[in-house]
Amino acid sequence: MAVDCMCREREMTVTLSGELDHHGAKQVMARMDSRIDLELPRRLTVDMGGVTFTDSSGIAVLLRAHRRMAQLEGSMTVINVPVQADRVFRAAGLHRIIHFE
Amino acid sequence: MRTKASNQVNIDFPSRSANEGFARTVAACFAAQLDPTLDEVNDIKTAVSEAVTNAIVHAYPDTIGKVSMKLKLYEDNVLEMVIRDWGVGIADVEQARTPMFSTGGEERAGMGFTIMESFMDNLRVRSMPGKGTTVTMKKRICRRAGGR
Repeated sequence: MAVDCMCREREMTVTLSGELDHHGAKQVMARMDSRIDLELPRRLTVDMGGVTFTDSSGIAVLLRAHRRMAQLEGSMTVINVPVQADRVFRAAGLHRIIHFE
Repeated sequence: MRTKASNQVNIDFPSRSANEGFARTVAACFAAQLDPTLDEVNDIKTAVSEAVTNAIVHAYPDTIGKVSMKLKLYEDNVLEMVIRDWGVGIADVEQARTPMFSTGGEERAGMGFTIMESFMDNLRVRSMPGKGTTVTMKKRICRRAGGR
């Protein structure tokens, strides 16, 4: 699981790649938390294009980032969601909470 | 009575999170003999990942214990997957199956059983506090036109 964070003028992009399961989620959450705390972004984009597998652990990662961005009164968008991840997110009704593009 | 399984694999592994990926890959490889679609393979991997993660996170919160996975294939193209642990058990299975319910804190979404239910045709959860939990999932793999 790789986490790549880029931030410019308080616009942050997090690129995730690999298998996002419970085994990797803790590290992803820690990386995202610390970068969000450091950069205090106004806008967060999570690019999931490189995620080859996810389960409800991916939901927990997105919900946590969503909560952090709401605390900062910022916005969050998730882009390039692969088919497998999309099926998981839809089964959980995540589209009602998180903005996907 | 159910017909006899035409093929079967049993594996035991310790409840280490590194084995989540191993378990779902084994299930996907075993299911391959049914010639599933990519979506069906992904559904199997996702459901197994949820069941095994539950055993790792909830059944053995402070220890490493045994998790067993039995994969069975029946003549009518039904795949049965049984994930069992001998951990703390679940006092209220109905409550545990409720969407968003979790005892795993912020790290868990509480959607594991919801996802297993929606990706499998059938889900049965049997549990006894102090004895462990058995999750049985079934999925019929559609025969493809022109296949086999």
